[in-house]
Amino acid sequence: MTASTIETAGHGEAHGAEEPSYLAAKKGLMSWIFTVDHKRIGVMYLASIGLFFLIGGLLALGVRTMLLNPEGVNIFGADNPAQYKDWYNQVFTLHGAIMVFLVIVPSIPASLGNFLLPLQLGAKDVAFPKLNLASFHIYFVGSLFMIYAILSHSLDTGWTFYTPYSTTTSTSVIAATFGAFILGFSSIFTGLNFIVTVHKMRAPGLTWDRLPLLIWGLYATSVIQVLATPVVAITLLLLILERTIGIGIFDPTLGGDPVLYQHFFWFYSHPVVYVMILPAFGVISDMITAHSRKAIFGYKAIAASSVAIAFIGFLVWGHHMFVSGQSPIAATVFSFLTFAVAVPTAIKVFSWVATLYGGSIKFTAPMWYVYAFLFLFTIGGLTGIYLGALSVDVHLHDTYFVVAHFHYVMMGGTFFAFIGAIHHWWPKMFGKMYNETLAKVACFLSFTGFNLTFFSQFIMGAQGMPRRYATYAAEFQAYHVASTIGSYILAAGLFTSLFVMIHSLLKGEKAPQNPWNAVSLEWETTSPPIEHNFHGTPVVTHGPYDFPEIDESQATGHH
Amino acid sequence: MGHAADHAHSGHSPFFQHHFIDMRQQASSAKLGMWLFLAQEVLFFSVLFMAYFIFRTLYPETWLVAHYKLDAALGGLNTVVLLFSSLTMALAVRAAQVNAKKQQVIMLAVTIACAFVFLVVKYFEYMSKIGKGLLPGNLYSYSGDIPGAPELFFTVYFCMTGLHGIHVVAGIIVLFWLLIRAGKGHFNSGYYSPMENVGLYWHLVDLVWIFLFPLLYLVK
Amino acid sequence: MMMTPPLAAFWLPPAASTFASSVDNLFNFITLLNIFFFILIVGAMAYFAVKYKRRSEDQKTSPIRGNHAIEIAWSAIPGVLLLVIFAWGFQGFMHMSVVPEDAEEIRVTGQKWSWAFTYPNGGTSNELVVPVGEPVQLTMSSVDVLHSFYVPAFRAKRDVLPNRYTVLWFQSDEPGEYPVYCTEYCGTSHSEMVATVRVVERDAYEAFMDELGGCPDGESLEACGEVMYTRYACNSCHSNDGAGGVGPTFAGLYGTQRALADGSNVLADETYIANSIVNPADQIAEGFQPVMPGNYGQQLSEEQLNALVAYITSLGGQE
Repeated sequence: MTASTIETAGHGEAHGAEEPSYLAAKKGLMSWIFTVDHKRIGVMYLASIGLFFLIGGLLALGVRTMLLNPEGVNIFGADNPAQYKDWYNQVFTLHGAIMVFLVIVPSIPASLGNFLLPLQLGAKDVAFPKLNLASFHIYFVGSLFMIYAILSHSLDTGWTFYTPYSTTTSTSVIAATFGAFILGFSSIFTGLNFIVTVHKMRAPGLTWDRLPLLIWGLYATSVIQVLATPVVAITLLLLILERTIGIGIFDPTLGGDPVLYQHFFWFYSHPVVYVMILPAFGVISDMITAHSRKAIFGYKAIAASSVAIAFIGFLVWGHHMFVSGQSPIAATVFSFLTFAVAVPTAIKVFSWVATLYGGSIKFTAPMWYVYAFLFLFTIGGLTGIYLGALSVDVHLHDTYFVVAHFHYVMMGGTFFAFIGAIHHWWPKMFGKMYNETLAKVACFLSFTGFNLTFFSQFIMGAQGMPRRYATYAAEFQAYHVASTIGSYILAAGLFTSLFVMIHSLLKGEKAPQNPWNAVSLEWETTSPPIEHNFHGTPVVTHGPYDFPEIDESQATGHH
Repeated sequence: MGHAADHAHSGHSPFFQHHFIDMRQQASSAKLGMWLFLAQEVLFFSVLFMAYFIFRTLYPETWLVAHYKLDAALGGLNTVVLLFSSLTMALAVRAAQVNAKKQQVIMLAVTIACAFVFLVVKYFEYMSKIGKGLLPGNLYSYSGDIPGAPELFFTVYFCMTGLHGIHVVAGIIVLFWLLIRAGKGHFNSGYYSPMENVGLYWHLVDLVWIFLFPLLYLVK
Repeated sequence: MMMTPPLAAFWLPPAASTFASSVDNLFNFITLLNIFFFILIVGAMAYFAVKYKRRSEDQKTSPIRGNHAIEIAWSAIPGVLLLVIFAWGFQGFMHMSVVPEDAEEIRVTGQKWSWAFTYPNGGTSNELVVPVGEPVQLTMSSVDVLHSFYVPAFRAKRDVLPNRYTVLWFQSDEPGEYPVYCTEYCGTSHSEMVATVRVVERDAYEAFMDELGGCPDGESLEACGEVMYTRYACNSCHSNDGAGGVGPTFAGLYGTQRALADGSNVLADETYIANSIVNPADQIAEGFQPVMPGNYGQQLSEEQLNALVAYITSLGGQE
């Protein structure tokens, strides 16, 4: 049922029989380590991100378990309370640093983005395949520095590395920040690659208003990656220089300013949360349309809002610093702009719900994750409103309320979308189907566990429970216990997802080329795709979600 | 049906990369890629420029007095050297566009020589600072009297010129690579993207210096 | 007006400052709006999920791609609501940022890992006591890394910076006692850098201040020392019963031979103890880190120092 024409190939099913898939095309470890095939690179990223998510997740379970008791739970066998607290501080820091730098920032763009972008554009690869490989190697090297940091003197600064604590503590700050510096270049080069590919390598007929919204999301993400990451790169270098030779720009005894570090740091770290969420918005648009067989409601608004969020997102960094000592005027401007960026985000959520109207919705595993995303991201987004309001933020800043908010958007949002998207494109990537029932069980467990883990944190945060606390006042214990129980349920759900994926690779039934009957270009080629993606060059004659029209024309027998 | 039928041209450059449709797409993509890379370089330097402006505003008397310790004549010389090297780089690109192989090699060689001159001058400048203890932050040990926060002035000076210098070194390495390729006759009117794009990079390196020089050496 | 608005009582601690209830009112307003929009969004989602479930493979779907009126409405209405919230938050914040003229000024010093409060008469304590019904200004700075001073009950918070002063003010109109937390991560005992703020009548406040100058009349030096031991938060790092901690225990210390980190030995007599309090970096005990703050010499009066030494001596293992 193709409605696009592929030159020199036949109609209908692409002839995959003659040419092997990208997985089988070349063999041996070296053919993976030195591949320039964007699909293999995407798969390697997927595996790496999965590995670091496992490590970061185990650390999270460590944090939650240690917090079952107000005085702590000595699961690592510390010799005395001081050592115990030091170890707790290291566990939460490493959890954050690994999750931010090695998991969430690369997550969708590096794995699914790499795999799908050229396919959705009808291209043979990204614009700079060797640069793409370099991005992956750089990611690998950056991760080695992080691992070294963990194994040598660990890290206890929080993932934010605020000065002067980070310039004076004895843990492996230099190794970790240098690792983050290197990882930044992996991110920049991926973004650069994507922008050029989208501009220059779209298939004939694929105009900007026919691009899948995943592409718009990845494009906006890439712009942020290219422009914001260098700022944190140089900031971390300056931090390293401060620690080694004491250059003084963050050191008040030499005339410098520790708050300057915060400004430089958050100038990147706020836009980076949009790097984390925009690709998730993109996959949600693609999935919700495919599984409800409907065109997206408000395509232009969703595409434009991605660009708007990317732009305005550069202007709001000071909302992390309302109580840091910056001027009230600055705080006011940042608060105003923070509310401005909420509007395009809200538009997306309304548009997705409206997309369901008049649809034909199949309750597949990916769709379960789409619903979960809408539920969880709505809570995450709405709770951001408290934090953007100046007077309320004074009370909530640096409490568990903030922790709950960002987990709802980053995990409830991005990560649930990511897992759903992995299920949605799994047949395309690996040519296998997965166990639908187990996948849904996993979603249910993860969703339930997630809410129990983090909703209780909103409450205790509002009641004054500060974050990054190894020990706490007894009145908060019930919330902590509920949260920890939730985290175990969440872990069970996530491990179930992992099992579903591994089981599929080993025993999954062969997938058809287009199990969802979707109409964007990646579904026009084999599952898994051949090495060069398409036989010949696709020509696009319709939009990415033109289900109603395509179904209609097929019903009346036209092509 | 391989992709023989796909080629809209025949006899393409040996440097054509087959994931592109044609050389035009390849050249256009390479150029956009370089512009994006330059954009992120600008952001990379921008943090130091922000630090410069913040500390200059906080300690104006420091800036006024400390900058006299810099040798404006040497800085001026470096400015001229880099500007000239941008000219020779542009001429090298032009030479490739008109298939003038010998001219390419000569112009690239002169560009590299200018870059070395720049670094040698910087070496002497740095040595002189080190000798007097005019160093960043905690390393500062100058015996004379500069008001305010001279440690920060020299932090800004060394960070900005140091980062710039690293980019000059990287430029030299890439220019050598170009020189070798030009010598082998790789570049011609049908294929000169690498020359053009390295040229863009080199012009940015020059441009950054043109901002650094007055900001650091010519404070009023 | 110091009552916690009803809805907020579930979420928020009792409102104990004059601006707390306005913060709570905005919190409530946002909560109500959020509940409304959450029900709207998730409700619509659930409703459509059921109503438009796929019933057959060739089910027709609607070709709707947009609706200008609806899209403008759902951009404009939230936009306006967010503007209202912004303005309300701004107004509250300005009120919290402008210190009333006649505020009682108390200096706050944050250090790893305790708070010290210096009162207008120069007396210093680890306890924050403030007069009821009067505005209080806290002028704060840190001696080491970033800290943040947070009183949940007052809805007040401000970061505490090294080499700079930050200011926080509040007014509490009823006597009470509330926890104070450090809320900018600062290392090992960040979670134990807590204090208490006591809101008392003006004369009780002044009596408290008067006492800070030295030891209470009629008390033995050791008893005074025991009070200083908690007031200056020595107990956050040094136990008095043999338990381990960031610093060595005082139990059984006096009169013994002390192994130092540099390999030498010293007798733990009164001189050693006094010197360890005012110059903690001089002689580090073996197996411990040099992390004790060095400004107790300025915080303690002569009498208080003697009292501490007497107290520690009384815990000792006289040989």
